[in-house]
Amino acid sequence: MSIEFRHVSKTFPDGTTAVEDFSLTIPSRETTVLVGSSGCGKTTLLRMINRMVDPSSGSILIDGKDIAEIPPVGLRRSIGYVMQNSGLLPHRTVADNVATVPMLTGVPKRKAREDALALLDRVGLDRALAGRYPSQLSGGQQQRVGVARGLAVDPNILLMDEPFGAVDPIVRDELQQELLRLQGTLGKTVVFVTHDIDEAFLLGNQVVILQRGGRIAQVGTPKEILANPANEFVADFIGAKRGKRRLRIDETGRGEDVLLVDAAGYAAGVLSADDARLVLTGSGPKSRSVSNKTDQAGDA
Amino acid sequence: MDWVWTHLDLISSETLAHIGLSVPPIVIGFLVSIPLGYWASRSAVARSVLLTIGNVLYTIPALALVVLVPVVLGLSLLNPGNVVVALTLYAVAIMVRSAADAFASVSADVRQSATALGYSAAQRFFRVELPLAGPVLLAGIRVVSVSTISLVTIGALVGIPSLGSFFTDGFQRAFLLEAAVGFVLVLVLAAVFDVLLTVLGRVLLPWNRGLRPTAAARRVIAQQLPPIGAR
Ligand SMILES: Nc1ncnc2c1ncn2[C@@H]1O[C@H](COP(=O)(O)OP(=O)(O)OP(=O)(O)O)[C@@H](O)[C@H]1O
Ligand SMILES: [Mg+2]
Repeated sequence: MSIEFRHVSKTFPDGTTAVEDFSLTIPSRETTVLVGSSGCGKTTLLRMINRMVDPSSGSILIDGKDIAEIPPVGLRRSIGYVMQNSGLLPHRTVADNVATVPMLTGVPKRKAREDALALLDRVGLDRALAGRYPSQLSGGQQQRVGVARGLAVDPNILLMDEPFGAVDPIVRDELQQELLRLQGTLGKTVVFVTHDIDEAFLLGNQVVILQRGGRIAQVGTPKEILANPANEFVADFIGAKRGKRRLRIDETGRGEDVLLVDAAGYAAGVLSADDARLVLTGSGPKSRSVSNKTDQAGDA
Repeated sequence: MDWVWTHLDLISSETLAHIGLSVPPIVIGFLVSIPLGYWASRSAVARSVLLTIGNVLYTIPALALVVLVPVVLGLSLLNPGNVVVALTLYAVAIMVRSAADAFASVSADVRQSATALGYSAAQRFFRVELPLAGPVLLAGIRVVSVSTISLVTIGALVGIPSLGSFFTDGFQRAFLLEAAVGFVLVLVLAAVFDVLLTVLGRVLLPWNRGLRPTAAARRVIAQQLPPIGAR
């Protein structure tokens, strides 16, 4: 299920141009992350894929078929969608929320409920939560339910709009790992929107860095982008974190292990030298540095 | 008190008449306000037009309306339908605002998520927006219920029997006990209706149980208690 944007533009009725001449191919069964700062058109781009927003010009193709010809309601039922504040229906229990789309498409209630319970297992939620209402869950649990609901019809395409944007860093970390694990077994075509470059590099096989108006600043694998930022904008965008990526060896502690600190001087970790002998090169102690700038992207 | 025991028949028939005049305006007012309120929540122009009409309607004195309705509709002055029509207009005037607020209180996130899931427009309305508007609609209909039950008494002034007849008759004969009985029964009836609506709300809106009333619902309750004394 590849998705192709061909010269897509969107101008809203009030005259705001959210996206201008956007072209991109989103490969099948991989995760593509759209990353960019607020208002650059990420949500608009995502919603054009399930026709919640129709382009003003240009076309979008799924597996070569122009989606303008597919009735929106049916299209949406075949595509998973997870949003920031989970968008769970507050008047439905967790199980019913997960079973919503299957029930809309005519799956018998009992079967839909059973499948929903299995999906709760899958996203790491206790079945005991099935009978609760969304307001009785924590933010992280709600997001997991949102993911389970997105997967309920076993869609080929999963759209995720800042799904982990509103949870605390520890929970976000868990959710990200969970998504990586799920994606490893499911192999969906995932389109993921975030404004967090770390999240983009962690999750994306393909990362698309966007500028205002949905203009593409750079497309590539995390490694490619980190190694060769296409321009100043990209360098800046990923550079905001560059200080944190570049670690220095702390001079104070001298022992078997070497303490690493980031640009702000905070301890970032310890480099163990017990079996792999650490050879430091360079002229003076000040310039000795170990860069881990690609470690986030290491296995992407 | 003897009067009460000797007039139980009259009391029960007037009570039934009162209920008969109260229920249709409450029900019809509710049903009519749903589409109007939904429309008002979707369009700023519709909202201001509908709410303005509602406000104007609401400022017409009840007695004038009860007299005007038969003239306009060509009904007999003694037709109970006059009271029903007049009170339905009031019910709509109050309820449209509540309904507009009720639908506006449904979060945009939830609406968009329902769309994203693949609800058609009609499914989304009946299965998502209407139930979620429920708490505020309930707050609104409770106000309408109290207001209608008290306004039905106006009909007695033009000879349409209800518990209000005890007021008119009691005052004419300077027989305060009778007027007091009417007064108490109106209060009791309003309270019973309110309890019934609350129970209905609990049954129909189980997810809302135990939650505090939403800000929007509280606003409706606080602002829209009709100025009955002003009439
Ligand atoms: N329905 C709409 N009507 C008018 N303008 C809109 C509408 N939706 C979005 N916009 C505008 O289009 C631009 C892009 O919006 P979009 O929601 O796609 O941004 P985003 O990248 O998702 O931002 P964020 O990170 O804050 O979610 C913004 O300027 C926004 O104000
Ligand atoms: Mg957005």
